[in-house]
Amino acid sequence: MTARDDVLARIEAALAGSPPAGAIPRDYRVGGAGDAGSRDVVDLFVDRLLDYKARVHHTPPADIATTLRAVLQLATSVVAPPGLPSEWLDACSADGRSVLVDGTPVTLAATDLDACSAVVTGCRVAIAETGTIVLDGGPEQGRRALSLVPDHHVIVVRADQIVASVPESLPYLRPSSPLTFISGPSATSDIEFQRVEGVHGPRVLDVVVVQTDAAPPPPARRKARPR
Amino acid sequence: MTKTFLGFPTTFRGNASGVSYAPPGVGQLRGDERFPRAARTALANGQLRRNLGAATATIRAKRAAVVSELPDWEQLRDAGAAIKADVMARLPELLTQLETNVIAHGGQVHWARDAAEANRIVVDLVRATGATEVVKVKSMVTQEIGLNEALEAAGIAPTETDLAELIVQLGHDRPSHILVPAIHRNRAEIRDIFAREMSDAPADLTDDPRHLAMTARAHLRRKFLAATVGVSGANFAIAETGTLAVVESEGNGRMCLTLPQTLITVMGIEKVLPTWRDLEVFLQLLPRSSTGERMNPYTSMWTGVTPGDGPQHFHLVLLDNGRTAALSDDVGRAALHCIRCSACLNVCPIYERTGGVAYGSVYPGPIGAILSPQLTGMGGHHDPNASLPFASTLCGACYEVCPVKIDIPSILVHLRNRAVDQSRGRPGGQLMAMKFVGWVMRSPRRFALAERLTRVGRLLAVRGRIRALPWPGSAWTISRDLPAPPAKTFREWWLEERGHNSHDSHDGSDR
Repeated sequence: MTARDDVLARIEAALAGSPPAGAIPRDYRVGGAGDAGSRDVVDLFVDRLLDYKARVHHTPPADIATTLRAVLQLATSVVAPPGLPSEWLDACSADGRSVLVDGTPVTLAATDLDACSAVVTGCRVAIAETGTIVLDGGPEQGRRALSLVPDHHVIVVRADQIVASVPESLPYLRPSSPLTFISGPSATSDIEFQRVEGVHGPRVLDVVVVQTDAAPPPPARRKARPR
Repeated sequence: MTKTFLGFPTTFRGNASGVSYAPPGVGQLRGDERFPRAARTALANGQLRRNLGAATATIRAKRAAVVSELPDWEQLRDAGAAIKADVMARLPELLTQLETNVIAHGGQVHWARDAAEANRIVVDLVRATGATEVVKVKSMVTQEIGLNEALEAAGIAPTETDLAELIVQLGHDRPSHILVPAIHRNRAEIRDIFAREMSDAPADLTDDPRHLAMTARAHLRRKFLAATVGVSGANFAIAETGTLAVVESEGNGRMCLTLPQTLITVMGIEKVLPTWRDLEVFLQLLPRSSTGERMNPYTSMWTGVTPGDGPQHFHLVLLDNGRTAALSDDVGRAALHCIRCSACLNVCPIYERTGGVAYGSVYPGPIGAILSPQLTGMGGHHDPNASLPFASTLCGACYEVCPVKIDIPSILVHLRNRAVDQSRGRPGGQLMAMKFVGWVMRSPRRFALAERLTRVGRLLAVRGRIRALPWPGSAWTISRDLPAPPAKTFREWWLEERGHNSHDSHDGSDR
């Protein structure tokens, strides 16, 4: 008897005579603060990010490149996924920075990534209530290693990509894609349950929130604060 | 229909009830001492109690704050409990569906009856890659089966990459908490461990948590970049899609799940979830219950192998190791619903004082007290795990915070029954004591005499408390003290106050 047959037979024996389970009550909330990209949702998202000690920058679509340049000021080299829009790429290489685009011409080794100071990506969807940004390996995001090894991660999030709640986010994701849910910079609570930001993942997380039609400009107190 | 649990064999395989327990001698599901004795050692350690008290108070407050933010918390708990009950009822179907989907996406699936078999599978898989080192994501199940010891015995060096696990590994220590295995260590102790054990620790290392975390980052970075094999557990596995999920904070999980060419994931069979949608419940319940955060910093999900992204060889090891034995108890099986958040540890008055090591198993606290004895079986009065269901005041705080509403107090009582039933009919100290007390209390004259005799106890009392009694009273005082008996019994007092006006009672009816 194989281990598989054995374990399955044990389960069948253990369950013999047990009644089937009841229906699953799903009367929890699905929606939250508002529609994707609405001002309430964006405000909540930003509030959560600041709580995680991420840095947040607001920009209209026309000024993404300018904002990226400001955010990347201290970086000397930048990793870019293969499908990063060309204006963003130009911002990465401005001010004398070197840019490594993954896959052109070669796939970057982990040690190459480790030698770079920053990485710029887009995202698939973001969740306001939990301050979470989800990457799914799309062309603007690249392989998982790209957004992991460099010490500084800059993520461009369009306001209309921000949904209110966890249940609203899952339908946007394809389970077979490699997924990374990011909620703030890497952190640990392992010493006396005190949260410390910055362990193995990127220690600095900059989030560039791009205003879209659904989201009117945020109030002044939420203005971009480039370092 | 009604269902009767058939028996409590002391051997773990081929017994009358057909239940297969986790085998002894491999892994860490059972300590060497019964809980009361182990707890006494822990209670004598003042530093340990201060560290635990401070840490559990911090996390309780954080959890309470983020749970109160969600108006539908109770609805989420109800959904979580119902999904888990459904998983148990449909386990064979869901596991084979998971297997099919993992294979369809380029992964390989292995089944293990117990810890020894799982360790053999993992060692063989690592050997096949030629690697002599592996990086590990923190995982309860690999601790449960003693995988590190098995790898070391095979000449393969495992490196724990979670900060708390690293502290435990470097300190040659034992984990004492599900989420934060080094919870019993404070910052000064951690600084000393790093300074002593890490060859590359900076000379000016301080006990600032930030400085300590940075030191761990520097220490592990080269290992991550060079690693060829990663080993992980799994928080969730989705049957309908074949997707695995690991929830973490530091990024060490992402490193281990992304950079190596080969990934080996060991998972208890109870961790499967039916649908993708079920994650909307558990991704809300787990982080808030566990670290007291709205969401943990990183959650990784992968399905088989993604060409060009991450490990190109993926192995999933599905482990029984006593889980089917727990499943065969229709009351106790709810212990398998556990999602390892550790909220029940943090609120438990027993855990807060003794810490996790006293429980002997890698699963401490209230959930450990119901899970460990069911995985290993309770081999009679002298089995340390038979003492765990009694390591509780039954206050119910664990049930209140459990995100999947496991009724831990009721299962504790159920397992106490099992433990007592198992020893019934055999002469035992407790049974004889109860019979003797019954005989004394049946007669008012004997009872009055016993009352007067307790006065002898005053000689043993220090500042009004008795802390140690000679045998057989030591069975009580090993884990509790008791007040000194009063100088005067109630009957004596009554006689003095009311004297001979009190009418004679029914004394003398000695049967």
